[in-house]
Amino acid sequence: MKQLSTKVTSNGHGQDSSYFLGWEEYEKNPYDEIKNPNGIIQMGLAENQLCFDLIESWLAKNPDAASLKRNGQSIFRELALFQDYHGMPEFKKAMAEFMEEIRGNRVTFDPKKIVLAAGSTSANETLMFCLAEPGDAFLLPTPYYPGFDRDLKWRTGAEIVPIHCSSSNGFQITESALQQAYQQAQKLDLKVKGVLVTNPSNPLGTALTRRELNLLVDFITSKNIHLISDEIYSGTMFGFEQFISVMDVLKDKKLENTEVSKRVHVVYSLSKDLGLPGFRVGAIYSNDEMVVSAATKMSSFGLVSSQTQYLLSALLSDKKFTSQYLEENQKRLKSRQKRLVSGLESAGITCLRSNAGLFCWVDMRHLLDTNTFEAELDLWKKIVYNVKLNISPGSSCHCTEPGWFRVCFANMSEDTLDLALKRLKTFVESTDCGRMISRSSHERLKSLRKKTVSNWVFRVSWTDRVPDER
Amino acid sequence: MALAAEKQDRNLLSKIAAGDGHGENSSYFDGWKAYEENPFHPIHRPDGVIQMGLAENQLCGDLMRKWILEHPEASICTSEGVNQFSDIAIFQDYHGLSEFRQAVAKFMEKTRNNKVKFDPNRIVMSGGATGAHETVAFCLANPGDGFLVPTPYYPGFDRDLRWRTGVNLVPVTCHSSDGFKITVEALEDAYEKARESNISVKGLLITNPSNPLGTTLDRECLKSLVNFTNDKGIHLIADEIYAATTFGQSKFISVAEVIEEIPNCDRDLIHIVYSLSKDMGLPGLRVGIIYSYNDRVVHIARKMSSFGLVSSQTQHLIAKMLSDEDFVDEFIRESKLRLAARHTEITTGLDGLGIGWLKAKAGLFLWMDLRNLLKTATFDSETELWRVIVHKVKLNVSPGGSFHCHEPGWFRVCFANMDQKTMETALERIRVFTSQLEEESLNRNKPMVATTIMAKKKKKCWQSSLRLSFNDTRRFEDGFFSPHSPVPPSPLVRAQT
Repeated sequence: MKQLSTKVTSNGHGQDSSYFLGWEEYEKNPYDEIKNPNGIIQMGLAENQLCFDLIESWLAKNPDAASLKRNGQSIFRELALFQDYHGMPEFKKAMAEFMEEIRGNRVTFDPKKIVLAAGSTSANETLMFCLAEPGDAFLLPTPYYPGFDRDLKWRTGAEIVPIHCSSSNGFQITESALQQAYQQAQKLDLKVKGVLVTNPSNPLGTALTRRELNLLVDFITSKNIHLISDEIYSGTMFGFEQFISVMDVLKDKKLENTEVSKRVHVVYSLSKDLGLPGFRVGAIYSNDEMVVSAATKMSSFGLVSSQTQYLLSALLSDKKFTSQYLEENQKRLKSRQKRLVSGLESAGITCLRSNAGLFCWVDMRHLLDTNTFEAELDLWKKIVYNVKLNISPGSSCHCTEPGWFRVCFANMSEDTLDLALKRLKTFVESTDCGRMISRSSHERLKSLRKKTVSNWVFRVSWTDRVPDER
Repeated sequence: MALAAEKQDRNLLSKIAAGDGHGENSSYFDGWKAYEENPFHPIHRPDGVIQMGLAENQLCGDLMRKWILEHPEASICTSEGVNQFSDIAIFQDYHGLSEFRQAVAKFMEKTRNNKVKFDPNRIVMSGGATGAHETVAFCLANPGDGFLVPTPYYPGFDRDLRWRTGVNLVPVTCHSSDGFKITVEALEDAYEKARESNISVKGLLITNPSNPLGTTLDRECLKSLVNFTNDKGIHLIADEIYAATTFGQSKFISVAEVIEEIPNCDRDLIHIVYSLSKDMGLPGLRVGIIYSYNDRVVHIARKMSSFGLVSSQTQHLIAKMLSDEDFVDEFIRESKLRLAARHTEITTGLDGLGIGWLKAKAGLFLWMDLRNLLKTATFDSETELWRVIVHKVKLNVSPGGSFHCHEPGWFRVCFANMDQKTMETALERIRVFTSQLEEESLNRNKPMVATTIMAKKKKKCWQSSLRLSFNDTRRFEDGFFSPHSPVPPSPLVRAQT
């Protein structure tokens, strides 16, 4: 064992966490409508499987792109040889325009500032290599995507210091939480290099408010540190609100082309918005030339396959397609989310009101035996093994309060979702708590709804939002 | 003001980002600039620079293209294949498609003459061989540790193995006097030097067939390397990405074959890096492979492969293509024939001009001996000669110094990345260049000294202190490396940064 590196012998890959263990259980006994109807339903996978039909019909109408041709002539030979780490110019242009479209064309993205990467996994790691020394720290609001422990820390040697967010205000980032995290890093003798946020948030399913974004930009300005905004769910925003990117805030604060703007970097990917995680298309967007230059060279370690670049540049350049897709995608996500939320409600379970993402942040605190993470894990095991649903426990997302779970809704058929909800309802009703709920379900739901409304109200920034229906 | 701002900027970035550990300031990349400013095209730019610094296999693109057109089902986008689109599009399992791994394992067996079996479960994906090398370094070494690497070696290793990993490369010096063989003596010497510098050696990295030499290791040598590493308890990493580029009678012997013949070989120390970029001529598809006999390394490298998985669209295509055994057999056979023919053509041409080259029977390049054209046996002289070749002869070849060659005067010349006519043009330019030099020498009326040691046919004599009359002293700024496709009219690479 001493012949291998410490990266191999330690658990830095983070894959001993429960987030991944649930996957393993699912893989041993995966649900299939026909072949394995009693198997585990995968609700721990944040994938967007709702709109493949749109892409498939585009392919049928675009045979040239589909068969790697240009004007009827095969360009396979050129694609086979294309390994330029700057990426295909037409692909980066199409990516830039797609990113602009998602942001309502309020901000512009310069294709020359885009660096392609093998998925956002690689993009995030590359940014860490560029911005942090081993031992430096980035502040991340909790709860956060479990994969960050691997992506940001494993091979880079960087550290994550949590910004604690709580359910009392809908897990929003506050000034005091930011300051506390910064001070905590200093206590630990860690040099803070920046803040990384996911917007819209995984696992919360909510977009950052303008207030939070302003706070973040002010914070990094005063501390002279970086801000990485992982916006890979930007195209999954289905609420009435429009998505506000950190780039919007830079523009509104007139900080474009300033020193501050050079410290703001956006990570993007086509894995969530387009539902193409297998194609490994990630991107870093930075206003800092040196970051772009270094990251471009580093992308050699994970370039995007040329055949994939070619296909997607054609797809994303079709503006008729992209606008129809974004609109339809949002509609279907919204409808699916509603289905999950109402199904959970009928089981007496609420979730954080969400307006984006492929999952809900579900409140099962009332189902815990005790307000502890041990109880959360017990509950999770019951749900995986007995209820046969793989959902992700909040502790795996570094949530500070036990009892929250991330439940995905866009990676299965409607029927499967309904079945999952049915199983959950049966389980809840079979527990003591469930019996209590069914006795006074009406009262309970009323009070839960009130709580939900106040969470939502707190999150809305009145200056730019249209209130949701109620 | 700008300087202060830049300094502050550098402080905000990591040392890795702000430094030049990416290695792109090496002369290996300088010639690209000259090529890119003035790339050769037979019709549009007949006086442009011919790219002979790019180790690509373009000789069998027609076979590949034909197969693609005849097999629309291999694409998940055509009507024949779209029924698989959604399954493949969501597939991001870092184990990779099992049909992909099986097909790659079979291909690896074929390219090693079916002398050895490869287990598909040991195949780990990576972002090209570039990604594979970095991942292997992360797995086998800690920052500050070292790998032994025989010289001359591929310049990209300086970046791939060292840049973000913090690992050191310790050169194992090989000499032209014995055809650049890797001797146990040289290995021991390097190992000792590392020890004296307090570098803990974790492994030996060999490239077999060699880049830039084009030579293959014989059975005895491979055995000695396995024994050396086993004895020392260090890893052996064999980069075999040129496995199928052997031509003529020469057979490629993989380290996989050799370990079968060594009883008590510690297989936990044996790893192979592979790729489809050279053998199949598909660098754009980014198919890199780590094949390790060490279970733990397979396990962890697989987790690390998340940072550079092969696009599932590509996995699907490759799985279909490499499962077509008739096509694969034909491709390998034809590729070897065409490489052999191209190699013969260029070496015959060089022989006729009295230019030496290292005897080799593999690779997409040859190792050309121009030591007798150096003013002095120094790397400065080599660089000066190289600049003449790039700017006056208009051939981008790669100087041996950039490969960390111990002796100045050697150049790597690629021959498989161009068509027939371009090859002929390149040879013609070399002919003109050498005859101009001869004329110069005659005009000076000085005695000539035979120094060429490997030319087979006509021997030319060159004065060892021959002055090159080309007074091009233009210096390059450090090159900005951008490996564009060498097909200038391609619209894919038209736009520049």
